[in-house]
Amino acid sequence: MSTKPKVGFYWCASCGGCEESFVDVAEAILDLAQLVEFAIFPVAMDFKRQDVEALDDGEIFATMINGAIRTSEQEEMCHLLRRKSQVIIAYGSCAYSGGIPALANLVSKEALMKYVYEDAPTVVNPDHARPQTETLDQGRMATLPEIREMVRSLDQVIEVDYSIPGCAPNPKLVLAALQTLLSGERPPKGAVLAPNVALCANCPRIDTKPRELSVKAFKRPHLHEVDPDTCLLAQGFLCMGPATRSGCGEACIRGNMPCTGCYGPVDGILDQGAKILTSLASLVEAHDEAGIDHAMEAIVDPVGSFYRYGMAKSLLRRKIDLPTPVAR
Amino acid sequence: MVSDNSHNPAEEVRIGFFICHCGVNIASKIDVAEVAKFAETLPGVVVSRDYKYMCSDAGQDLIVEDIKNFRLNRIVVAACSPFLHEKTFRTATQRGGINPFLCHMVNIREHGSWVAEDRVTATEKAKAMAQGGVGRVRRHVALEKRREPVLQSVLVVGGGIAGIQAALTLANAGKHVYLVEREPTIGGHMAQFDKTFPTLDCAACILTPKMSEVGSHPNITLWAYSEVIHSEGYVGNYKVKVRRKARYINEDECTGCMECVEHCSFKTGVVDDEFNVGLVKRKPVYMSFPQAVPKIVVIDPLTCAKLSGGKCEESCIPACDRQALDFTQTERVEEIEVGAIIVATGFKTFDAKRKPYYGYGDFPNVYTSLEIERMVTSSGPTEGEVVCRDGRVPKSVGIVHCVGSRDHQTNRWCSRVCCMASLKLAYLLKEHTGAEIYNFYIDMRTPGKGYEEFYERLLEEGNHFIRGRVAEVTDFAMRPEEENHLIIQVEDTLSGYVRRVPVDMVVLAVGIEPQADASVVRRLFNISCSDEGFFLERHPKLAPVSTATEGVYLAGCCQGPRDIPDTVAQAGAAAAEALALLDPGFVEMEPMTAYVENELCSGCKTCQTMCPYGAISNDAERKIAVINPMLCKGCGTCVASCPSGAIHQNLFDDQELFDEIQEVLAHA
Repeated sequence: MSTKPKVGFYWCASCGGCEESFVDVAEAILDLAQLVEFAIFPVAMDFKRQDVEALDDGEIFATMINGAIRTSEQEEMCHLLRRKSQVIIAYGSCAYSGGIPALANLVSKEALMKYVYEDAPTVVNPDHARPQTETLDQGRMATLPEIREMVRSLDQVIEVDYSIPGCAPNPKLVLAALQTLLSGERPPKGAVLAPNVALCANCPRIDTKPRELSVKAFKRPHLHEVDPDTCLLAQGFLCMGPATRSGCGEACIRGNMPCTGCYGPVDGILDQGAKILTSLASLVEAHDEAGIDHAMEAIVDPVGSFYRYGMAKSLLRRKIDLPTPVAR
Repeated sequence: MVSDNSHNPAEEVRIGFFICHCGVNIASKIDVAEVAKFAETLPGVVVSRDYKYMCSDAGQDLIVEDIKNFRLNRIVVAACSPFLHEKTFRTATQRGGINPFLCHMVNIREHGSWVAEDRVTATEKAKAMAQGGVGRVRRHVALEKRREPVLQSVLVVGGGIAGIQAALTLANAGKHVYLVEREPTIGGHMAQFDKTFPTLDCAACILTPKMSEVGSHPNITLWAYSEVIHSEGYVGNYKVKVRRKARYINEDECTGCMECVEHCSFKTGVVDDEFNVGLVKRKPVYMSFPQAVPKIVVIDPLTCAKLSGGKCEESCIPACDRQALDFTQTERVEEIEVGAIIVATGFKTFDAKRKPYYGYGDFPNVYTSLEIERMVTSSGPTEGEVVCRDGRVPKSVGIVHCVGSRDHQTNRWCSRVCCMASLKLAYLLKEHTGAEIYNFYIDMRTPGKGYEEFYERLLEEGNHFIRGRVAEVTDFAMRPEEENHLIIQVEDTLSGYVRRVPVDMVVLAVGIEPQADASVVRRLFNISCSDEGFFLERHPKLAPVSTATEGVYLAGCCQGPRDIPDTVAQAGAAAAEALALLDPGFVEMEPMTAYVENELCSGCKTCQTMCPYGAISNDAERKIAVINPMLCKGCGTCVASCPSGAIHQNLFDDQELFDEIQEVLAHA
């Protein structure tokens, strides 16, 4: 039996981008593979749940879990992996703070199911059939996981030791994190394994941001030419940079697109969306309601813009008139 | 972060809780004994007391003694607004031997008993607030006030009677004063007046000695015909730029002999004489009035034929035997550093044309009160002779009070001085012409020493007083006796019918307004305006000459309408405040300022856009924000706006606020 430390990589409500980012570690993954043995990696290797169950508690050195948590099966797997792993890393924006899937917290489960199985224009479902958790078929009971009321981040389901945010995480951060852990060093529990400073600190355009910035009207990047050298906020594009943790390598900025906030806030900030709002509100030039409305017109989806990756972990968490069951 | 309760575990938190009855102010609505009993059960509270007046010496001594006896290291006082007594209790805390900033006040009066209706809920709310206070005070840390040196000079802006009085008081106390006046001479409105009420002593006789004193005082640098264009810095250390406009006169050479005025190629006046409010014309080279200080002429470049590029025989140049005329002169900017600033920029009078139905500008015999002031002055354009614009000596005069004042269409406020000024003009007009004088008033407002007596004297001397707001002044005669007269139509509210009073002359007692550029001056010195546009004092009762900006004081009508005695008193008060600031030589700064956690700052500059005090700059090298603690007022704007939570504020740390909120909610 191998004595190499075991590593897990699991996905929940996820798009697969996180797996891509892991593969983007590129050549270094070969060195890594020399050092570790994979205990579970559903996207790349064939492991079954029973294989993990067969392990001793704490036998896995570290498991990286990506994706948000919405189904009973995801919860079960997370609890199982927690038991079997010494270290759990919330990997990527969805596991870290809910990510895009957590925007579903703006609607009820019922509304969601009704749309997907009945109202969506491509759906033909005259019997209003809905997926059931148990179905008797030819004398055999078939089961499906239950969909929960809310989408949650990983740390709202199990104890999380570290987080690597990003949609998807920067492979450099991933590699550095794994190397640190494998060297035996343990950062303080709960640490986010990315720099604790906002994006502007490393932004190549920071010098073009004026001291007194005022915005007449925000602009949508696909409708305007974007100057490749000037601060995007100064150009009137909604850039989440000031309220977003750095570590991404400023990939979007260098690609001439504004930051959308996927790394979440820096330490100590409870609500990234509220933070960027308080900071943006002051930039609007107009002081009358009509002028302010005009300035904000281009932000067609405020929640989706300010809370794109952080809904589950924000102070909002979910639309106010919807149930918030405290399930674990 | 919210759940982090690991603050300074080495130190055992020992809290003393003190709740004030405030006589019946609090105790009538809140069961203070019950709150005290409740507070005793809160974690960390070692002693809990209620007392009738916590702010009294005996109440403060309770805190001092308990700190010693119970080894307290945190104090919570549930009483009135911290605005009133925070300093009191911090001082008491310090007397007890611990850092004053380990004391926190909970406002259960303004936020509790005064707004509550029900005793039970008010008591519960007080408990919740007490719990919040106790919850947050454990986070408090010892803070120190900072000391900064204070420059020993003062800038006085405005050379009216307010600025003159303030400047002289300060200069006589040995401080250096820069007095900046934008007109060519100091003296302001008072220099335009003939007599002062109610004593009827000559305005010039009491003002001009003060003006000369300013001109010759060794401690006063007088810059007339100059304007402040920039001001920066903080209490005790202001840097100010003053634009000294070109007079086109060598100030060191001019003796004010006025030979150049005499020999100006314009033989008569060509432009409205500002000092005489347009009653006469002046030449392009002029001196406002013979007693002007500084006694130097000035050339108005817009009308001077030479300076405006026209043809001119330049007869003024040889007329000056000291070669004082200098047409090449340009404006220059002086930079000065001062410890304090007194703003005494005065007022303007209401533009009577804004009340078109009073006929000012349409009927030549309608005058403003200021025009009459100039007319009745023996040194004025008519040498004291009262004649209408049509040459008649008026046999009857109507004085309309409250023009532009106490009026929802124009200015809502009472201009305070017009009743007395109108009575004075009534007296003078009667004295000069023997005319029948009709006063049209809404209410007679004569509060002041000798004021009511003056009013009574005028009543006895046969002046007419008609109570009612004048509806209109017209020349449309309805009766033979109205022909060739101005008719004042008014509802006499005492006798209850509409009167038409034909007169030869109408005087409009125009009210007092903020200067047209008050908002520019406001921004220059970072002070606020009240709704009507007058500069806002820090507290209407307890800090009437201070502003929200430390080291900037107010004097005179720029703060609100007032008469000369009040202006002089206020100017003295402003000077005293400035002296109190300057004399110790240093200033202590409150520590509740914001500071940047350098490692967290991304240099996004959001805070720099927001700071209302210009206290935040960008460190170009480190690319982070830097807060000047001397400029920071602790308003918290940057703290809230910082998108990465890199700015914190002493006494308002996120954690302190979260703890307070959590504890309040825990009780609720």
